[in-house]
Amino acid sequence: MEKRVVVIYPHPDDESFGAAGTILKFREEGVPVTYLCGTLGEMGRNMGNPPFANRETLPEIRKAELLNACHILDMDLKMLGYRDKTLEFEDIREVALHLKQILDELKPTLVITHYPDYAVHPDHNALGAAAIEAVQLMDTANRPEVWAQAISNNYMDVLGKPDIVNDITNYFEKKMEAIFSHDSQAAGVLGQFKHVDKLESDVQDDIKKRFSKEHFYRWKYTD
Amino acid sequence: MKPIEIDNVQHILNQYTNKKVYVHLETTNGAYANHINKAAYNVGVYMRNAQVTFEQAKIVGDGSVYRAGLKMEMGWIYAEGLTDWTMHEDTKLLLAGHDREGRLMVSLQISETPFNY
Repeated sequence: MEKRVVVIYPHPDDESFGAAGTILKFREEGVPVTYLCGTLGEMGRNMGNPPFANRETLPEIRKAELLNACHILDMDLKMLGYRDKTLEFEDIREVALHLKQILDELKPTLVITHYPDYAVHPDHNALGAAAIEAVQLMDTANRPEVWAQAISNNYMDVLGKPDIVNDITNYFEKKMEAIFSHDSQAAGVLGQFKHVDKLESDVQDDIKKRFSKEHFYRWKYTD
Repeated sequence: MKPIEIDNVQHILNQYTNKKVYVHLETTNGAYANHINKAAYNVGVYMRNAQVTFEQAKIVGDGSVYRAGLKMEMGWIYAEGLTDWTMHEDTKLLLAGHDREGRLMVSLQISETPFNY
């Protein structure tokens, strides 16, 4: 079967921080990749540093950043139209059916999403759960493989070693380019690596270390 | 947004009194507060497009950080930590408080028409 990858994350920038190297690797192999982006990150608190966005201009700014990132990562984009921070309050079954409809059309061989309960942000957990349910609703013969990404501080203690560890050192520069296309968000998120007692070069090393590997667990369906 | 100019903001607040207006009220410390710092709590609230009428509105502060209070027939709307303001699409008043890294911590927004999204 022709390979095809669908990435399902809720926010513009989840794809760049979480899976840019993996996506770039697939694209280099000629595998089509589509990003189903759940929301526009309307409720993000990062407004750029110094701030250039506000609560009302942020959605359109993030949409433009998302289009730019998808261009850099050379993947198709479908925006799902949910609202930031509200996914867990939607009917998860309905979200799953919505996703299934798209998956039935795209017929991916692999779905990449967040690992429910181990992905920190409630939107990550909710959309990850919906994506896993969407695949479960498919006939077993048509089901794509699912790679679930965990983020929580404790995930390795609980889930063990990830099944897939992609060393993306070769794609690091391009991954950073994708991350920085999210201009309103990048400085704020990467700023977490800055500490007063660290030299700038150490901060760069930390970022490189943290973002040079992308981890996933292969989801095991029991039926 | 730009630093709050109290006279301008007070003048605009007055224009919304005794009208049906839409309010966006929010505070947040981000969805990753506890992930980044175990000692921190994730706390946030937002209410979008609540339709209210207030009869009196006032902004008070020390020249850099401000509080706003809107007095309604039965109740109050209150925001603290406001630092910046702008008019969005000429008709929507946006007030927000940002931290040193430019992250939004609190916002109070008022409009005669609903906010998008």
